[in-house]
Amino acid sequence: MTKTTSILKVAFRAMGRNKMRSLLTALGIIIGVACVVATIGIGEGARVQTEQQLQSLGTNYLMIHPGTVTSSGARSGWGSNSKLSEEDVDAIRREVPTISYVSASIRSVAQVVYGNQNWSTSIQGGEVDWPAIRSWNVAQGQFFTDQDNRAAAKVCVLGQTVATTLFGSEDPIGKAIRIKNIPFRVVGVLEPKGGSMMGQDQDDTVIAPYQTVRKKIMGTTAVGMIMAAVSTPELVPQAQEEITALLRQRHRINRAAGQEDDFMIRSQTEMLARAEEQAKTMAILLWSIAGVSLLVGGIGIMNIMLVSVTERTREIGVRMAIGAKGADIRAQFLVEAVVLAIAGGVLGIALGVGIQQAVARLAGWPVAVTTSSVSLAFVFSAVIGVTFGFYPALKASRLDPIEALRYE
Amino acid sequence: MTASSAEPVIRLRDLTRVYQMGETEVRALDGVTLDVAPGEFLAVMGPSGSGKSTFMNILGCLDRPTSGTYVLEGVDVSTLDRNERAGIRNDKIGFVFQNFNLLSRTSALENVELPLLYSRKHRLSDAEQLVKARECLGRVGLADRWDHTPAQLSGGQQQRVAIARALVNDPSIMLGDEPTGNLDSRTSDEVMGIFQALNEEGKTIVLITHEHDIAEYARRVVAFRDGRLVADELVKARRSAKGAR
Repeated sequence: MTKTTSILKVAFRAMGRNKMRSLLTALGIIIGVACVVATIGIGEGARVQTEQQLQSLGTNYLMIHPGTVTSSGARSGWGSNSKLSEEDVDAIRREVPTISYVSASIRSVAQVVYGNQNWSTSIQGGEVDWPAIRSWNVAQGQFFTDQDNRAAAKVCVLGQTVATTLFGSEDPIGKAIRIKNIPFRVVGVLEPKGGSMMGQDQDDTVIAPYQTVRKKIMGTTAVGMIMAAVSTPELVPQAQEEITALLRQRHRINRAAGQEDDFMIRSQTEMLARAEEQAKTMAILLWSIAGVSLLVGGIGIMNIMLVSVTERTREIGVRMAIGAKGADIRAQFLVEAVVLAIAGGVLGIALGVGIQQAVARLAGWPVAVTTSSVSLAFVFSAVIGVTFGFYPALKASRLDPIEALRYE
Repeated sequence: MTASSAEPVIRLRDLTRVYQMGETEVRALDGVTLDVAPGEFLAVMGPSGSGKSTFMNILGCLDRPTSGTYVLEGVDVSTLDRNERAGIRNDKIGFVFQNFNLLSRTSALENVELPLLYSRKHRLSDAEQLVKARECLGRVGLADRWDHTPAQLSGGQQQRVAIARALVNDPSIMLGDEPTGNLDSRTSDEVMGIFQALNEEGKTIVLITHEHDIAEYARRVVAFRDGRLVADELVKARRSAKGAR
């Protein structure tokens, strides 16, 4: 038996002797490590998910929303009084060269009916550039044409969810559905897209020509939103500036005189930044829980190690009498603290992976158990063991052998 | 000191140990001078408070004298620091305590092996350590009980394991601190028999005891009173253990 195996054996024996006490002591570490593992795993899963969505939306995607309007000092809500017009869309198309695709857009919720099936879904009005902007193509049939849009033709393209809900296994192309009691001919079905960053089912939608939705369904003149695609992702900030300048000029907004923009441009990168911000807040929360539990866990270990040193004073005396040096005793108790902490760490890793699996399943995220998070947690618990085990171990090593042997 | 064989194992010169108890000074040892030759079997007697425990602690390198010198096998150990003394204890001294002081829930064999783990003199392989520990258990007649824990052994058997542990590093001296204090007379005789047998084999043994019966197993008896040596004589009617092998 070497010194190392002996030290480990004694450490495990000491832990096994007080199983309940060891478990309770390790609980702080277990919770802390579980938090660390879950945090990293969930964060990683969310990041992968966001990245996938970003790719599916296209990094060069811009949305121009109507801004808030202040009249007589009262600020009305977002987009409540749209100042965006079809002329603005045309102007962007003509005058901003960095924009490769642009489309007016409008959105409503309506009941759609086919035969005896009906379904409440979102109705989006868009122009022919819509599939290119959203990088979302039709799987069956085709998208409507510019001609359809100008003529406000009653045609539509279905999202996968709507197609399956209304038609089941039936082929929807060419069939007539009723939206707000107006008959529309189905010309195409979109590819499945999955959940959005906010967790909505993006496939639960019907796309119809912008003019049709505006005139026949909404009965309005205002553009709900302008969607645009920048030719390359690097040009997004420049395109944003150019559109801002153009719209300010067209809407006669004088920033110098303190007038606010009546529109708002959001880019995919900003949305991503916001999502990252949320993830970061979540992570900070979990990290602080982890930090506090690891600290409390460490203090628990220190406490129990001090108790153990007192309980085993005589044993320490015997070991010293037969020739153990201070360093030997110190190593013994340090290893015991580390073994306890690492045992807690291993249980914590198991718990953390469990939590992470559960969260990933609930949120529909990809599961990402990274070896780095597991090894980090492992190192964390070992460090806690050393840090908080050091003082008790030092105390043990400084006992006077004569006193320790006499201890009852 | 003409021949090297006459060189004492233990050589004490004017050994003094003073404890500071608040305002008052307590002279637990007051100028003790003593030589112990190799192969001697010495019993140390004295009433409680006579200084024999302090004497034992210094002899066992657990404590240092306030003044005077202690030379163990030619090495002055009276000025060594904590770690150096730990090395000496491991290397040259085998302790046997009154209450055995074995590690509980630890097999007899592992208890005997323990000093080897802290040894710097013997760099033995695992297998060699086992052989050594088993051999020592055999010398105290417990070879077949190697896997028993202290709780599974009788008092006498526990003390024999403790003796095996004291033997395992081939110490220069064996120190017994009332080794039979917790044992009945029959078991005491058995344990003293082992000490006598070891002494026959050439081990130097120093025992503390307050029982005359036990002191009579030794060859030489010294007595303490108030920190001073007051008697030093050879045992005339030496007892030998009945149950001796």
